[in-house]
Amino acid sequence: MAIELKVNGAVHAVPVEPGTPLLYVLRNDLQLNGAKFGCGLGQCGACTVLVDGAPTRSCVVPTGSVGKANVVTLEGLGTPDLLHPLQRAFIDEQAAQCGYCTNGMIMTAKALLDRKPNPSDAEVRTALAGNLCRCGSHNRVVRAVLRAAEAMRGAK
Amino acid sequence: MTLSLSRRGFTAGLGAFVVGFALDGKWSLAQATLPGSLNNNRRLDAWIRIDAQGIATVCTGKVELGQGIVTALAQIAAEELDLPLGRVRMISGDTSLTPDEGQTSGSQSIENSGTALRLAGAEVRSMLVAQAARQFGLAAESLTVADGVVVAADGRRVTYGQLASDLSLQREATGAVKPKPATGYKIVGQRIPRADFPGKVTGQPSYVQDVRLPGMLHGRIVRAPRYGATLSAVDERKVTALPGVVAVVRDGGFLGVVAEREEQAIAARAALIANTTWTGGRPLPDPARIHDELLALPMEDKVISDKQAPLPPGATSLTATYRKPYLSHASIGPSCAVARLVGGKWTVWTHSQGIFPLQEHMSGALKVAAADIHCIHVAGSGCYGHNGADDVALDAALLARAVPGRPVRVQWMREDEFAWAPFGAAMTMRLQAAIKDQRVVDWNYDVWSNTHTTRPGEPGGVNLLAAWDLATPVAPAPPRMIAQPAGGGDRNAIPLYDFPRQHIVNHLILPMPIRVSALRTLGAYANVWAVESFFDELATQAGADPVALRLAHLTDPRARAVIERVAAMAGWRAGDKGDGRRGRGIGFARYKTLACYVAVIAEIEVDRETGVIRVLQIHVAADAGQIINPDGLANQMEGGVIQSTSWTLKETVSFNRERVTTHDWASYPILRFPDVPRVTVELINRPGERSLGAGEGSQGPTVAAIANAFAHATGKRLRDLPLSPDRVKAALA
Repeated sequence: MAIELKVNGAVHAVPVEPGTPLLYVLRNDLQLNGAKFGCGLGQCGACTVLVDGAPTRSCVVPTGSVGKANVVTLEGLGTPDLLHPLQRAFIDEQAAQCGYCTNGMIMTAKALLDRKPNPSDAEVRTALAGNLCRCGSHNRVVRAVLRAAEAMRGAK
Repeated sequence: MTLSLSRRGFTAGLGAFVVGFALDGKWSLAQATLPGSLNNNRRLDAWIRIDAQGIATVCTGKVELGQGIVTALAQIAAEELDLPLGRVRMISGDTSLTPDEGQTSGSQSIENSGTALRLAGAEVRSMLVAQAARQFGLAAESLTVADGVVVAADGRRVTYGQLASDLSLQREATGAVKPKPATGYKIVGQRIPRADFPGKVTGQPSYVQDVRLPGMLHGRIVRAPRYGATLSAVDERKVTALPGVVAVVRDGGFLGVVAEREEQAIAARAALIANTTWTGGRPLPDPARIHDELLALPMEDKVISDKQAPLPPGATSLTATYRKPYLSHASIGPSCAVARLVGGKWTVWTHSQGIFPLQEHMSGALKVAAADIHCIHVAGSGCYGHNGADDVALDAALLARAVPGRPVRVQWMREDEFAWAPFGAAMTMRLQAAIKDQRVVDWNYDVWSNTHTTRPGEPGGVNLLAAWDLATPVAPAPPRMIAQPAGGGDRNAIPLYDFPRQHIVNHLILPMPIRVSALRTLGAYANVWAVESFFDELATQAGADPVALRLAHLTDPRARAVIERVAAMAGWRAGDKGDGRRGRGIGFARYKTLACYVAVIAEIEVDRETGVIRVLQIHVAADAGQIINPDGLANQMEGGVIQSTSWTLKETVSFNRERVTTHDWASYPILRFPDVPRVTVELINRPGERSLGAGEGSQGPTVAAIANAFAHATGKRLRDLPLSPDRVKAALA
């Protein structure tokens, strides 16, 4: 059987069991690398994608439950040649070390900024409290999110 | 001659002819020792090749772990070659293509690979200029170079690409060409953005986890439920019948499954666990008495420093014992590898820190020639030392052996990484010292620890997890002491302070009841904590200011400079009192006593009701010699501070008598965004001085600063890590 899935604006039919976590479909069937396997338990945030705008742990979401919702991954935000302001800001602030958690940081921040274009430093930290980083890039990530927020407000 | 003069002048500090005693018993003149990794990889074209377009391909055996090393090494090579960064192509970590530089560890990449590239780059540049000089019929000294073009005073120009076809780099480096002086640097010292970030922030294939090959299968491993358990029975039928399962692979106690799809491999793993019987096992020590139990095991003792001076009468003596628990690397991404076996040749994509040592130990486990195993480094999640990266490479190879021709990708599950990757060792530090008239007059230090490296490459065995359980097992290499000054468990056990009388003993505990290996800083985190905490205990006893007492015991001007700088940054005032809740403390070390100098001041706040310590602000002053990339260096300092804060406040590996019980992020909490301290870093650049390893430099000083701040705030000293709410409440009760 195939499941229809709308990802980054395009509809795909993927030949998987409905219980398959969305993460494996994104990575292996659609060859999207942004979302990462970190824990498979919804604890670390490395696999975060947006489902109808809500930050969602793709490692614990059954593909069959996504339905007609619009899934957006890191690739859906921008490309190296056409960066999203968040991606631009993460580069400008050099806001990573290994970068494995970065997908979750950017996607969670995207949801925050969509809802709240002018967050405070503390609000950014609270929004990212569920995303783990082991390299210790936290303060740079916060600066990047605030920088992106400013850029996005300026662009409007 | 200019050449020989410059050679003599240059090699004096970096290398020399050595006379060696050869194995056949005759005295012989050995090769000149070359600086850095050039010594073991002497061919120029092993490091640098120039193509007809004037693009330099630069090879390094060091690998990207998230520390930014490949960008920094590119800066060094581009600088010496006088090429723009855009014309330098880096190849790192490939057993077929790059020099063997062992492990990427110990904050040594700039010092070893960077030194090699600086000298090789300078030599290749001089050869290109000499070639141009011959073409022009001019003296080399009269030519200038900019962006890969050699220009004569009369306006003639020739590019590196044009020169390269007539130039052979297939010869040994001499190490004799003097690199640029620091005053001429245009690329070194600049804040160059990481070359790998645009791909990583947009989801381009960047990690070994992203390697995707035609016909690739997915594998998962089933490990014993406890150390030493024997695989006694597997009912494979219920697993092989599952959708997508290609093979159940068993070799002795090694058990894994290969499936068409990743989720099928994960489901098959769960089914395999449910249908497997394990017997026996080795009990673990009592977690409540772990440090005592470790101290009762056989050990090897070594006095690593002994200074004698008369002990003056009337000194005040103190004694204390400090203990650190087992810590996990806790990489965000579980370890991953892809392996393929075609026609007797293996290819392994791996995020190992040491692809050549991995190749060697995989050869021992698989019983095939090392030359038949091609290891290619691809970045992984940050590892911070020896995590599961090497083990999963052998796991993938063992599964690939069962499905020849098809690549197999294996990623460990979260619980595999926590339970089976090696831990940083539990340690005990016992101190006794005496102070008189604000001078430390006696210092006695004992440190007990398991080894801090059981990495692949160690002699006398195979240090890969699966190898020990095969039907024909290969035993691990025995633990060994790592010599000072770098040291292992005793790293930074010898303080930089000028104590007239000191006795420092390293006790290497030989049996390892819990699997351990290299975790960022090895023993330095615990030793700097114990040394710097106890130094503050002495200061308190003497009524001395901690900053002033440190300066009074330090003659090295660079050590003094970082302490003075950080004190200025933090507005340190001697005599400030903690108020029971808020306090500040200092920690200092020169990493490995030969790498970067780092001083840290922590400002903390203690919630006396909940016992939670909140680290508000960390100030860092660091001197890593000539800075290659200031933002890369600052990023390493900041990251080390935050990781150390997490270790210090929150982390301990849990286990019971049967097994390791740390298995996910709920059972191994780490520091989160709202609890992360603000970090300010100031770097003291030393143009022209040797660049000093810095990737691990801030972690020891950070734990010490936090611990000293707690003592300053509350008047109580905590001597067991982590500084958990329970311990805080007990201390303040």
